Amino acid sequence: MRMDDAELHDELFELSGEEGRKKQARASVPSTSYWKDSWGRLRKNKGAFAGLIMIGLILFLAVAGPYMNSHGFDDQNLEHANLPPKVPGLEKISWLGMSGADIRGVDQYEAKAVEDYYWFGTDSLGRDIWTRIWEGTRISLYIAFLAAALDLVLGVAYGSISAYYGGRVDNVMQRIIEVLIGIPSLIVVILLILVLQPGIISITLAMVITGWVNMARIVRGQVLKLKNQEFVLASRTLGAGDARLMGGHLIPNTLGPIIITTMFTIPTAIFTEAFLSFIGLGLQPPIASLGTLVNDGFKMMKIYPHLLMFSSIIISLIMVSFNLLGDGLRDSLDPRMRK
Amino acid sequence: METILSVNNLNVSFDTDAGEVQAVRGVEFDLQRGEILAVVGESGSGKSVMSKSLAGLVPKPAGRVKAGSILYKGEDVTKFSKKRMRSLRGAEISIIFQDPMTSLNPTMPVKKQIMEGMLTHQKVSRKEAEVKMLELLNLVGIPDAEERAALYPHQFSGGMQQRVVIAMALACNPEIVIADEPTTALDVSVQAQILDLIKDLRDRTGTSFLFITHDLGVVAEVADRVAVMYAGKIVEIGKTDEVFYNPQHPYTKGLLEAMPDLKLGSDELKTIPGSPPNLLYPPKGDAFAERNEHALKIDFEKAPPMFKVSDTHSAATWLLHEKAKKAALRIEQMKIKGELHASAEEVPAPDRTEKLLEIRDLKQHFQINKKHTVKAVDGISLDVFKGETFGLVGESGCGKSTTGRTIIGLNPRSGGEVRYMGEDVRSMKQSELKKKIQMVFQDPYSSLNPRWTVADIIAEGMDIHRLYSDRKERMEKVHQLLETVGLAKEHANRYPHEFSGGQRQRIGIARALAVEPDLIIADEPISALDVSIQAQVVNLLKKLQKEKGLTYIFIAHDLSMVRYISDRVGVMYKGRLVEVADSDELYENPLHPYTRSLLSAIPVADPHATRSRERMEKAEFVHSEEDRFLEVTPGHWLLCSEEEASRHAAGNLAGDRLLPEGELV
Repeated sequence: MRMDDAELHDELFELSGEEGRKKQARASVPSTSYWKDSWGRLRKNKGAFAGLIMIGLILFLAVAGPYMNSHGFDDQNLEHANLPPKVPGLEKISWLGMSGADIRGVDQYEAKAVEDYYWFGTDSLGRDIWTRIWEGTRISLYIAFLAAALDLVLGVAYGSISAYYGGRVDNVMQRIIEVLIGIPSLIVVILLILVLQPGIISITLAMVITGWVNMARIVRGQVLKLKNQEFVLASRTLGAGDARLMGGHLIPNTLGPIIITTMFTIPTAIFTEAFLSFIGLGLQPPIASLGTLVNDGFKMMKIYPHLLMFSSIIISLIMVSFNLLGDGLRDSLDPRMRK
Repeated sequence: METILSVNNLNVSFDTDAGEVQAVRGVEFDLQRGEILAVVGESGSGKSVMSKSLAGLVPKPAGRVKAGSILYKGEDVTKFSKKRMRSLRGAEISIIFQDPMTSLNPTMPVKKQIMEGMLTHQKVSRKEAEVKMLELLNLVGIPDAEERAALYPHQFSGGMQQRVVIAMALACNPEIVIADEPTTALDVSVQAQILDLIKDLRDRTGTSFLFITHDLGVVAEVADRVAVMYAGKIVEIGKTDEVFYNPQHPYTKGLLEAMPDLKLGSDELKTIPGSPPNLLYPPKGDAFAERNEHALKIDFEKAPPMFKVSDTHSAATWLLHEKAKKAALRIEQMKIKGELHASAEEVPAPDRTEKLLEIRDLKQHFQINKKHTVKAVDGISLDVFKGETFGLVGESGCGKSTTGRTIIGLNPRSGGEVRYMGEDVRSMKQSELKKKIQMVFQDPYSSLNPRWTVADIIAEGMDIHRLYSDRKERMEKVHQLLETVGLAKEHANRYPHEFSGGQRQRIGIARALAVEPDLIIADEPISALDVSIQAQVVNLLKKLQKEKGLTYIFIAHDLSMVRYISDRVGVMYKGRLVEVADSDELYENPLHPYTRSLLSAIPVADPHATRSRERMEKAEFVHSEEDRFLEVTPGHWLLCSEEEASRHAAGNLAGDRLLPEGELV
């Protein structure tokens, strides 16, 4: 590391005093509010943002989709049964499968002399799949959000109380959870639906009765870890009460796992509902959900693939986008990710 | 001397989302056979990364050796294949890590763990390996090796565990042992034993040690040569005496001055302002220039090369360039002037008339199960006077932190009495009490809620006790507090992770000050900080005490810092207070054998003094039920029997004292 001595002027060897330090001072980061900051981080996360847009789109269609054509979700028209999808504009593109031709290549619309367009086709009773899918998505999402919200409230409350008070309280509360886990959840769900009659509320209840346990366990683990951390002790020495410790310190720091669990609960709830409908314990016709639609489509998968295809795609999209968003939300709501 | 390892222009970088972090930037040094080379530096100086890269342990894929070579016996280690590297590691270069608890496998008997390396790297039979293993255990000083070899790690104490780790490292007769902070997790007296062991092993086996540490006291104790690292570079390297008694780089000088001297009184500690640079944006010139009061202009422009001071001593500072002679002289003059100015202030001793806190027979027992109770604090009595600093020292597990937490009411106490200003704290209004007594915590990383802004953290106490009328007043108070602890207003809206350890500790202090307490219990407030930062925090605590008339209970295991800051010191051992005295009295005239052994084990940043002193063996002390806490000489309390007390009181100490005063300091 020899240097050229000629470069080293004499004045460089004077004391620099304050000026040198000032030159080096770095500009400080501007401060922004917590939510603005989080939003900024979420927007930068491409996957999460894509998930958010997708969820927005699905939600919009779930609300507005059924009104976009003139078919009602339970309007039967047996003459129009089992029509393949046909979309104006897209019908010209032969490989897309939107031309109204079935798997044998016969244009069913011409064969049955149907003037209408059924965008996603019709089912065996001649009901419009497009309308039914969005109607079904709406009901599925409603069940899922309700179940997730109930899980969240119950699980967080139960888990944090159990861990925070500890000792005997914790002991009793955990035994209760163990009993609940010990019973196979499917049996609980089936029994409950048999007693309550299948319907939106009974399915939601059935799912919540066993679903919140997971959340409670996760929250309990986190709170147990956090409650002896020094910032909690510091707050106690300042005289903070239980509510402040829980609401201000413990639960906010559990937010990451809570968000992730909730975001997984939503697709799981949709899936469970689909499964229950699939085995015949779910919603009863004519009400549609994504699950009943898949169930109906499954029976004629080989002859009329469109019956199964669209509902499955929507389920997959919902799952993927919620998982993407959940991942991104966890990171963006954590101020430690601020750079 | 034979050079066994030669590092040339080593650069190690980490690729992160934010960009390239240059952790090691052009390190060069040679390691001789049979020497102990200490590498000192603050956290983030790159010392650990550097040592890991020598053994090919840079965490991949983020980290990579960007340039340079590591020549081990003439071959470049950085170009070794993975297989070759594996056979080198363990067999020829082995590593001792910081925490013995985590570096031993808890489910494997000690014996198996030591033999594992031998069986993989050497062609030895199981029998031979077993014999060697017992030899090693004897070598590292584990008594009853044959019986204890079959035990599991948790059945050993921390010091014994570290001995086992050292035995593991030595199993294959390595040429080089890299010891990465091997004593940081241990108590002082155990640390002293391990350091002796390392020196002894070097003498007996001729192994070279690369000793990574942040503690200059440890360096003075153990090293032949020292390399000081700062911001990924070696700024000074030389023989231990040369670096300690003739430091050249301003950073080395600053570090040495920031160490509290056991013999010195209570003038302000010298500090190094600021904190180390972020190696994401390494500075252009001398990395230390930003924190150097007397930086030269060239320090900001060009990185200084290594200048030779002597054959064995060199430093990277422009002050050693011939053109800088004039400036160097002026800096010397300015320093002398500054010292004269600084030593003029004298802190008046607190008058001991008003008892702020009286603790009588305080007990804290934790029931583990029906049969088993841990007596963390077992009957301690002490008075804390208004305006004084009471230091509480002891080894980990002696109950000193528990005492602090019990006083403040974090644990419901099992017995005894705590009186604040003559009033039992149980009968006081809790919200009043919480305003009077506050606490500063040890870990600057976990003591602040990561999801809150600094303003909310500091204002929490004010929020709880409603100490303001509107938001504007709240913000003003927060700004005031930030200024009091030496931070800027702009920091109020940031989050804790954006601050360095020292800054976070300042935030913790500001939070405690917000409710305007009289008494602050500081639970190891500096033990997680770097030396240069420790001095800043201690000075801040002292300044606040002077300005606000605070009383401190200062809990620590760093005895030199405790002496420096405290008026009186109490020594705890196994849940009991064994000795209390004025700090000077305690350090110069320790009566309890435990206090003496503790004092003799402190590493001092002074190689000469370290070499000339004797060390006491650590023994177990058992107190009988009859022993009581008695005042043997005015102000000097001791846990002992009546008979011993009268003996001490009669001044019959001379024969009893093991260490003459001169050697202690």
